[in-house]
Amino acid sequence: MDKLSAKTPCDGLLPLTVGSVTLSEVDAGSIHSISAFNGKQKQVSDALKAAHGMAYPAANRATGKAGARAIWFGPAHAMLMGPVPDDALAENAAVVDQSDAWAVVRIEGDGVEDILARVTPVDLRSTRFKRGHTARTLLFHMTASITRVGDTAFQIMVFRSMAETLVHDLKRAMEGVAARG
Amino acid sequence: MRITCPLCGERDRREFYYRGAAVDLARPEPDAGEAAWDEFVYLRDNPAGMTRELWYHEGGCGAWIVVTRDTVTHEISGTELASGVSA
Repeated sequence: MDKLSAKTPCDGLLPLTVGSVTLSEVDAGSIHSISAFNGKQKQVSDALKAAHGMAYPAANRATGKAGARAIWFGPAHAMLMGPVPDDALAENAAVVDQSDAWAVVRIEGDGVEDILARVTPVDLRSTRFKRGHTARTLLFHMTASITRVGDTAFQIMVFRSMAETLVHDLKRAMEGVAARG
Repeated sequence: MRITCPLCGERDRREFYYRGAAVDLARPEPDAGEAAWDEFVYLRDNPAGMTRELWYHEGGCGAWIVVTRDTVTHEISGTELASGVSA
């Protein structure tokens, strides 16, 4: 076999700046889904705290910080991003490596909410959607995970196979908002 | 139309997939007999008024939700997670 080199999902597509907003790819490290077994959420949360310094996230919330984050992804489903999960987690939860399955981007800048308002039906303005809040929702026609990671910054995740569509849809929204001046 | 997901809160209808009447929550036993299975598979009420339905939050958290809805006014009087409902 010839030499193969790993490519990120948005390789050749990002970064991209339009007006005041920049879209860039995030190297999230390893990504693992953590699904606590029935009745074991407390044990999983304790193990997560002990090993990685963050609690298991409540619904619509993310815990941790850049480099080591846990994002709520649905009922009995959180995504640990950054560290490789400690073995203790697997005692009370199903832990699945999804590192190569997700395209992860960061969109940041003044007026970023106006851009996301064009592609998602959820109100992401800072009065309703604060740092540490996360939403599973639609981004145009794709299911996505959107998390506020700063005053003017969001992290967006979609299936890796949708990376080009994600960049296309966000670029068009960015251009549309910028054109309004 | 807006539907309140018990986990995510009020969301746009486009995030949801409609399954149908919430009969799936009361699936007959395999040996329940032809009549019970005939009713489960084929026979549906068509109420003008309150009905219980299953919706899937596919564009969101992936939860199955039991929605109580009035088919005349489209008023939704309640939503709950299907996982917490027994028949």
